[in-house]
Amino acid sequence: MRKKLLEIKGLETTFFTDNGQIPAVDNIEFSVHEGEILGIVGESGSGKSVTSLSIMGLIPSPPGKITGGEILLDGKNLAKYTDKQMQKVRGKDIAMIFQEPMTSLNPLFTIGDQLKEAISIHNPKWSKKEALARAVEIMKLVGLPRAEELLKDYPHQLSGGMRQRVMIAMALVCDPQVLIADEPTTALDVTIQAQILQLMKDLNKRLNTAVLLITHDLGVVAETCERVIVMYAGQIVEEAPVQEIFSNPKHPYTQGLIQSVPDMRHKKDSLYSIPGTVPKPGSIKVGCRFAARCEYAMERCLQETPPLFEATEQHRSRCFLLEEQGVEQRVESVIKS
Amino acid sequence: MLHYMGRRLLQLIPVLLGMTFIVFMLIRAIPGNPAQVILGQQATKEAVEALNASLGLDKPWYTQYFSYLAGVFQGDLGVSLRTRLPVAEEIFPYLAATAELALFAMIIAIIVGVNAGIISAWFQNSWFDYTAMIIALIGVSVPVFWLGLMEQWVFGNQLGWLPTSGREDVRNPINSITHFYLLDTLIQGRFDQFFEVLKRLVLPGIALATIPMAIIARITRSSMLEVMRSDYVRTARAKGQKMFVVVYKHALKNAIIPVLTIIGLQTGLLLGGAILTETIFSWPGIGRYIYDAIGFRDYPVIQSGILVVAFIFIMINLIVDLLYTVIDPRIKYK
Repeated sequence: MRKKLLEIKGLETTFFTDNGQIPAVDNIEFSVHEGEILGIVGESGSGKSVTSLSIMGLIPSPPGKITGGEILLDGKNLAKYTDKQMQKVRGKDIAMIFQEPMTSLNPLFTIGDQLKEAISIHNPKWSKKEALARAVEIMKLVGLPRAEELLKDYPHQLSGGMRQRVMIAMALVCDPQVLIADEPTTALDVTIQAQILQLMKDLNKRLNTAVLLITHDLGVVAETCERVIVMYAGQIVEEAPVQEIFSNPKHPYTQGLIQSVPDMRHKKDSLYSIPGTVPKPGSIKVGCRFAARCEYAMERCLQETPPLFEATEQHRSRCFLLEEQGVEQRVESVIKS
Repeated sequence: MLHYMGRRLLQLIPVLLGMTFIVFMLIRAIPGNPAQVILGQQATKEAVEALNASLGLDKPWYTQYFSYLAGVFQGDLGVSLRTRLPVAEEIFPYLAATAELALFAMIIAIIVGVNAGIISAWFQNSWFDYTAMIIALIGVSVPVFWLGLMEQWVFGNQLGWLPTSGREDVRNPINSITHFYLLDTLIQGRFDQFFEVLKRLVLPGIALATIPMAIIARITRSSMLEVMRSDYVRTARAKGQKMFVVVYKHALKNAIIPVLTIIGLQTGLLLGGAILTETIFSWPGIGRYIYDAIGFRDYPVIQSGILVVAFIFIMINLIVDLLYTVIDPRIKYK
């Protein structure tokens, strides 16, 4: 097994609003290994973006705050870092790209300004010439043609796909160990989506940068990831290698998700959908959060919160069904701050 | 760009023409006439008519209007009925006095207002935010004449820190070249006079700055709040940029356009003269110049004074429009 780069232990992020405390995610536990592409899937509101922003220390605060758990990078706990300390980590050790390439670049600065800024923040001693050379190099690496001229352009002169390439270039320019990609292809055309995903796979291979890919699209996961984490209502419900998630999903929610992917080979009148809606974060205090929508729900599911069970060394699922199959539960770390 | 500027300048002509016409008709609609004012209440009807005739005020209004316009197009703003001096010459010192005060006030208003707005947005709902916004609310609502009088009372009368009236110390008169006294004293190396002029700018400057400062602070805050939530601000933070640079570079440049519009409008307004402030602080500015001319029914001064003020107002807003293109590459004028 490859070395763990980033380890999330018992992460809990809470939003303090006028309507009370809302735990957006709780007891999140996973690791990102060297050079892998790890996917996080889930519906909107499942807490995948909150998880990634927590790692970056970019949770809008107030109202949000990391209220428990550890985010370990090389043994250092980022959850305890101040914003000033995080500035040294962001962009250098962990970089991030976002969903909306159209609005993620500053419209009033040239691509070159923004790219060179990303370089000079973490390499203040570099000369202008060195920074420019690096900017051109990284632009070529992400497959942007005539890099020198593009650097002088403003974001509005570029297409969505090109802008997302620029975002990727900007994220990778300081050779981060981990790249977090929050729905990087959602806002793009299908053909461009495929190109961007291919680019991320290539770069992952060439630079050995670990990628944490956040998406709601199982197709994207199947195409790109090695391992997958499925999130539901602020919790991890299943974690497995990608082939296993599709061939042998353990959690009823994952099974439902896979069933609701349209299949071109079988013509059906209506597409399967999981009945009900995602509960509001914090609304379910006891029991399994999926119980109300689950066709296998038992009495117990409403009274006890299921722990994660370890089906195999790499396959975990938060469902009592596994216990009945004789699977042992996994020891989870509970770290409160 | 040049094409756009040309078109904007052409549009100036009908606006200014319409304005001169309205002013021309309005001042003749108010009771009284220049001859009556010059000769006094006891003057005979014949004497008044004779003086009116010699001033050319007995001719039909359209003759008077078009001969005035003909003069304006040749750069002749008329001759003051009171002083018999050409308005174009006479007006400049007043304009300079107002411009110096207005620019001084706007510099204070911009520096304080923009920064207060930025910090309020950065630390939204903090004690600074609340305090600044309460002060801004008071600032827009406080009557300028009251503020001016209070300043004089506190800083002039009670504390004796600052002079309360006039542009210069009459015992130490300034040898004027440009009529911008800060500039004049600097050119001549008279630093004693320079600081005297600066001291005299402080109180009227603050009185005049209060309203624009409060408006600028509020607009900056709301504009910044919107921008601070944007994706590119998050991107800048995700790069590891310092919060100060994120706020003052990435966010501010995007938030500044509405602020710039307000700054342009307010500067234009202040350059039009502030009669209340100028009166309270005995400031020989354009506002008082025109106001006094109304009392004397000095038609050419009123007409040309308002024309000059309107021209300056429009030009400043044109400059602001052109500044947009410098800030935002997506704005293009054709």
